Amino acid sequence: MRYEAPTTTKQAATLLAQEPGVACILAGGTDLLVKMKMDMIEPDLVVDIKRIPAMQAITASAAGAKIGAAVAGAALGKHKALIKSWPGVVEAANLIGSDQVQGRCTMVGNLCNASPAADSVPAMIAAGAKAIIVGKDKRRTVAVEKIVTGPGQTSLAKGEVIEAITLPKRPPKSGDAYLRFTPRTEMDIAVVSAGVNLTLERGVIKTARVVLGAVAPTAVLVPAAAKAIIGSKLDETALEKLAAACAAACNPIDDKRGTIEYRTKVAGVLAVRTAKIAFQRAGGSL
Amino acid sequence: MAHDSSYTDQKFNVIGSRVNRPDGVDKVTGRARYGADTTAPGQLVGLILRSPHAHAKIKKIDTSKAEKLAGVKAIVTSADLPDLTGGDRAMLDILENSMARDRALYDGHAVAAVAAIDRATAKKALKLIKVTYQVLPHVTDVDEAMKPGAPIIQPHIRTPGDDSDQPSNVSGIVPFGHGDIDAGFAEADVIIEKSYKTEQTHQGYIEPHACMASVNSDGTGELWVTTQGHFSFRNVCAALLGMDVAKLKVTSSEIGGGFGGKTHVWMEPVALCLSRKANRPVKVVMSREEVFRASGPTSSTSMDIKIGAKKDGTITAASAQLRYQGGAFPGIWGMLGAMTSFACYDIKNVKTVGYDVLCNRPKVAAYRAPSAPMAAFGVESTMDLVAAEIGMNAIDFRLKNAASEGTKASYGPTYGPIGIKPTLEAVKNHPHMKAKLEKNQGRGMACGFWFNFGGQTCTDLNIGIDGTVSLTVGTVDVGGSRASMSLIAAEELGISYEQVKTHIGDTASLGHNDTTEGSRGTFSSGMATIFAARDAIEVLKQRAALMWEIPVADVVWEAGSARAVGAAHGNLTPLSLADIARKSPTTGGPIAGHNEVVADNAGVSFASHICDIEVDPETGGTKVIRYTVVQDAGKAIHPDYVEGQFQGGAAQGIGWALNEEYIYGEDGRLQNPGFLDYRIPVCSDLPFIDTKILEIPNPNHPYGVRGVGETSIVPPLAAIGNALSNAAGVRMDHVPMSPPRILKALEALG
Amino acid sequence: MTATLVSTTVNGDAVQFACPNDETLLDSLRDRVGLTGVKEGCGTGDCGACSITLDGQLVCSCLVLSAEVSGREITTVEGMVEGGQLHPLQQHFIDGAALQCGICTPGFLVAAKALLDRNPDPSEEQIRYALAGNLCRCTGYDKIVRAVQSAAVEMRK
Repeated sequence: MRYEAPTTTKQAATLLAQEPGVACILAGGTDLLVKMKMDMIEPDLVVDIKRIPAMQAITASAAGAKIGAAVAGAALGKHKALIKSWPGVVEAANLIGSDQVQGRCTMVGNLCNASPAADSVPAMIAAGAKAIIVGKDKRRTVAVEKIVTGPGQTSLAKGEVIEAITLPKRPPKSGDAYLRFTPRTEMDIAVVSAGVNLTLERGVIKTARVVLGAVAPTAVLVPAAAKAIIGSKLDETALEKLAAACAAACNPIDDKRGTIEYRTKVAGVLAVRTAKIAFQRAGGSL
Repeated sequence: MAHDSSYTDQKFNVIGSRVNRPDGVDKVTGRARYGADTTAPGQLVGLILRSPHAHAKIKKIDTSKAEKLAGVKAIVTSADLPDLTGGDRAMLDILENSMARDRALYDGHAVAAVAAIDRATAKKALKLIKVTYQVLPHVTDVDEAMKPGAPIIQPHIRTPGDDSDQPSNVSGIVPFGHGDIDAGFAEADVIIEKSYKTEQTHQGYIEPHACMASVNSDGTGELWVTTQGHFSFRNVCAALLGMDVAKLKVTSSEIGGGFGGKTHVWMEPVALCLSRKANRPVKVVMSREEVFRASGPTSSTSMDIKIGAKKDGTITAASAQLRYQGGAFPGIWGMLGAMTSFACYDIKNVKTVGYDVLCNRPKVAAYRAPSAPMAAFGVESTMDLVAAEIGMNAIDFRLKNAASEGTKASYGPTYGPIGIKPTLEAVKNHPHMKAKLEKNQGRGMACGFWFNFGGQTCTDLNIGIDGTVSLTVGTVDVGGSRASMSLIAAEELGISYEQVKTHIGDTASLGHNDTTEGSRGTFSSGMATIFAARDAIEVLKQRAALMWEIPVADVVWEAGSARAVGAAHGNLTPLSLADIARKSPTTGGPIAGHNEVVADNAGVSFASHICDIEVDPETGGTKVIRYTVVQDAGKAIHPDYVEGQFQGGAAQGIGWALNEEYIYGEDGRLQNPGFLDYRIPVCSDLPFIDTKILEIPNPNHPYGVRGVGETSIVPPLAAIGNALSNAAGVRMDHVPMSPPRILKALEALG
Repeated sequence: MTATLVSTTVNGDAVQFACPNDETLLDSLRDRVGLTGVKEGCGTGDCGACSITLDGQLVCSCLVLSAEVSGREITTVEGMVEGGQLHPLQQHFIDGAALQCGICTPGFLVAAKALLDRNPDPSEEQIRYALAGNLCRCTGYDKIVRAVQSAAVEMRK
């Protein structure tokens, strides 16, 4: 296996594009090294992106935020400005694994590993995050919900690498939140999860995005769930409609972590709880 | 027979004090050496090829390509491990489990092994070995395995009592009990009959199995291994490989957890076989996945429990039929379950029957009070149901029926002084019972029992020239027992704890010692230490008599010194142990004490636990809010480590109750062989675990000691089941009581 | 090139070794540097027995490639002793009987030190969540948490 540690995004993209064999990106390694240990993957080339300055930076201002692809969860959890604007995105990223894993894991790695249960993804999609993708010759920006196409699969072409995630400008009276269900308090993959991002106007929900995780091959943006709560202050009826819309949007499987029945039921429960937190963070009163 | 209160009143100098363990510094600095922490010159890496099928005929193993790979030094299959057992079926089972013979019997069963110069080469070599399998039908569920027409795991097994000579998966049917249960049930005002199921769990020790095997061409060999019983490993490995016992030296490394799972050999015979073939040391370390797939988890079970009682709370009859699967080889697990089921109670009419069943799963090994937790789940859950039906408090109902001294136990013997009633009284009066419960929280309690064992033990006590003492014991230290051994030696000799250093001797240094299991470590090695110390004291007295030139009858040993008694010797200054040791080269040479004993009459240990649990009614999620363990230790040699056993066992029981299970697919393959999806409790899952040590002395031990290590895993399953019932009104009958199962039960309530 | 000559710092000492690029830092520390305090309990980041700090950040060494660590600073449990004295956490673990078999202890000590270095006065809940990445099967965590609490008190003096 060859190991390269380029210092620019372009170099990384070029290395990936030119590799005839199996090329993998190494950020935190918390998915890649696990797969290598379990003999699920045998890379011919590993491209370490942690020495690329463009991928290490976090900037957060009133105009929006940009988080480099190599930024570890622990760094996100220390960034006060980012936590203030996007508490849901940060708490989702900070739920990926233990403190040890947080010292290494990245949101972009979590995204590109493309597990249906990835923690950072529902919150990013709910936030309207975009991915800056760099290829050998060109750059493009794509909504995060377009990145994952199926379990373990992304829409990135060979030779493309995500350089950073951008989060949009945050209107006042906005709030986001992320919750997941795990049988233990820590160390589990989400059985089902929900990310909600909303904005209020005069105390009433004006815009909303509701995303479910671990209930379908990819995270699911549920427009009907958003519709259920827009125009409301999260009264009982709106919450019931929210839960029902979420249950209807589920397409989960039975596996060693949960059953279809369980995931469908709890998706609605979590969406309601997450919406309430986002609502309160936006300044709404329940 | 009233118990001798002199044990309770016995004044100890150092026993019962909370000293620092002698191996503590090594363990907190990373210096301590565990199974994988060793190297040998020229060592090879050994890897094992394992069956991906739950049940398959092995038609052919073609190792030719692998043999040609540069760096491969040996490849072994069952052809390299001939049957030398001379008809000993139990030994042949061990051999077959270490390496499949004509069939792979479970997902993960070893079929071949390789020793190579490095890991990468060994991995490549495994991939080059071509095994031709003929997949056979498989069965992994205990009840399915008992049905007629189920795939047969071991064709030589016959159902006991069945004359038809039909191969069967039922290897044992063992009844216990006394009285007339039909008459007893007829007398009952209330009868509760219920069935329960528990899934398979693993001991979950953090250290995978590891060894360094080094066999020479002259038939001698060494094995460095993480084990609970290096003497037993020596006997087994020597027998399987056709080596002389005395020529195989087995050294136990520090052990990173065992709980019964390291009382059996797994890959050690294969490691020795590889080393013998390669004529070089071979290091074999299991991966975490291999530990789950191919070591010894505990049984999954199903059981039917029936308890009948009068309105006043007297149990008139109790019965249990318990079915335990032992994996692909016969075991005694059902039998143990049948023995422990009603052991806490004094019941006039009781009958239990334990079934041992084979299926296509790994060979079951002991896991801390083996078989008792499952039986206790069924019995203790049913006890609460009966109590509720009568309208009696759960603790009072148990107190009314609790066994005591003189009770004929449901499994046969008559109890001496025991602690079940005291633990129940202690629980009843414990502050935990008064703690306020919030919304969605409930409190449950349950009892548990374990026998504890004695067994063969051999100990040496050697006194150094400066009077410090080297104690060599043969029971592996799994939880801090070296400190207890040092305390015992210090107590007997009348010296300070710091003057004694306890070592675990290798097999070349001592006679046979049984495995550290059955909570026997402190009990047995402690007893042997006491007698070895008393043996040494006799020698010390003789030396003092020699030094003083007085009759030895006039010498006593007191407070760490020899004293001359009698008016004639009144002005002789006492000789300390150090004084006598210093002179030993001229008074007769090295001073030592020695003892071999088959320690007997280990006292049974009872416990009662209290658990508060909170349930999220919308998700079935649970949180253990508060937990208390009350257990009878007889005499706590080192209270910190007794508490540690209580807490550790309780934590394992909590994980078992709520989240841990082996998940098999339709294909008979284990789906969760890792710590990600085999979910043991993490630090944030648990509260502090309160403990209360009771001391009802065991009259058969010089200090009253009872084994304590195991009982604590027995009550949690039912304590949690009962707490869930009180929290949310759901009666769970399937362990683990995971969120999907709880939510389903809540929804069924409506 | 399928191997790397790694030049790094371990517990303050300059260390150099060569290894295949796919070798983890866990394996290199144990097999090449000779520091067996890090343990492989799972090899997949689920148990924390291989915990170290990398440039001051707590990580699992089984999830780090040795090829990545040239020029970086690694500390292991072997580096906790200062001037021949046990670190307060080490002493409190012994005094408080916070270990039974001891296999998880090095990982816990490194993780607990990382916690107290950034938060000298953690609550019980904070301690428990910070140590959630370290599995213990022997103790039920009770005495471990108490030892961290008592060490923290001493370290704050």
